[in-house]
Amino acid sequence: MATGLTLCILSFLYKDNPLFKLAEHLYVGVSVGYTIVKAYDTVLVHLIFKPIVENGEWVLLVPVTIGSLMLTRYVPKASWLSRYAFAFIVGVGSGLAIPRTISSFILKQIEDTVRPLLMLAPGGDVTFTWDLHNPASSLNVIIILIGVTSVLFYFFFSVEHTGPGRVVARTGVMFLMISFGAAFGYTVMARMSLLIGRLTDLIEFSDASYGRPTVWLALVTIGTLIFLSRRTQGEPPDQH
Amino acid sequence: MIFLRRQLPLLITMITGLVFAGQYYVPHPASEQVLTSATKWMQIIGGFALVLGVTSLFHVHAAKIRRKEAGWGYSVVLYAGMLGTIAVGFWANGKESVEGVSTAFGWVYNFMMVPLQGTMFAILAFFIASAAYRSFRARSREAAVLLIAAVIVMMGRVPLGEYLIPMSGDLSQWILNVLNASVRRAILIGVSLGTVALSLKIIFGVERSYLGGGKE
Repeated sequence: MATGLTLCILSFLYKDNPLFKLAEHLYVGVSVGYTIVKAYDTVLVHLIFKPIVENGEWVLLVPVTIGSLMLTRYVPKASWLSRYAFAFIVGVGSGLAIPRTISSFILKQIEDTVRPLLMLAPGGDVTFTWDLHNPASSLNVIIILIGVTSVLFYFFFSVEHTGPGRVVARTGVMFLMISFGAAFGYTVMARMSLLIGRLTDLIEFSDASYGRPTVWLALVTIGTLIFLSRRTQGEPPDQH
Repeated sequence: MIFLRRQLPLLITMITGLVFAGQYYVPHPASEQVLTSATKWMQIIGGFALVLGVTSLFHVHAAKIRRKEAGWGYSVVLYAGMLGTIAVGFWANGKESVEGVSTAFGWVYNFMMVPLQGTMFAILAFFIASAAYRSFRARSREAAVLLIAAVIVMMGRVPLGEYLIPMSGDLSQWILNVLNASVRRAILIGVSLGTVALSLKIIFGVERSYLGGGKE
């Protein structure tokens, strides 16, 4: 099954075809089914049913009621009741976000950016470290400070980017380009790692001890693609 | 009626928002308990939100099958996959394995979902590479910088790259840990300022789009 589905998805590299669409829809179906079962087990059984029945936590009927209000979206005349559920979720989310965002993502990040440029060396001397391998070295601290400041300035549109401001904004753009390039390279390699994993499986299942499913299913896949390709050649072009 | 339909939801948002913003500054066990309960409540309410999403998917594909639209057979496959997974999931009580032995639900996860998900993401490597080939021409200084950074990071992540360009491993780490980190930090600070501003607008009723349109 795993080999066949892998080959069906990989057949998309040839072109969009029914085998790929079949695997794609199966993927959506299985994923949704899996999510439903997990949600049932986690929410309905472990967060609602067991605490209420075994521990008598009747207060949990309040979030159940609020959640049920969401389903009034399907009753046009009562759909406004769903606003209570959304109001609760958005209110709690916003309230939780404000102090935590300020603390973890603003103050902490600024604290890590504005660090001492000189370090205390053994013996009480202060020293400037040039080691690029160490992200906390003095040189890297300066580079990070320049990067953060220039990128923030680039996104600050209340001041016109002319004169010295233009130089700072251009520096920010360069930092951004390097970051986008790095993110791209990192993503490509992560995808490559997944591909290697799938190919390893295909190689493993081409072994005689498994009955060589990779070989047989590859032949079936190629045969099906050839058959479908010849059949569509004789059909009139799609009107849609 | 306008109070119940429009003003009461805004009042609920304001009160819950202010209470949970203030909760952070009250280091008391009761306050911690409120946070724990709220997290549990949010999970429960989120479960109902899932019902909304799944029902929408049901409707879209049921309509396709009913009208026998082009590709309706794939919708049948989707339904079969979903109902089959739900059936084996309930049969196995939502557990992938029992005492180390894989259940039918575990089999669906390991031999259907994992390969499908892995391969689906893996083929993106080809499309990213093909898109990059078409768009990554060093037409400007910025594009050249982006291209060089991408090549160095890609080279630095594989043994062959390090063999061909010996410095690429260290350089790749430096780009990721210093240059990339500084940009991510700046973006994070910007996004966070936006999040705080939006949260305040929601709490004080300036931003109301989450309530949806329709009649007052």
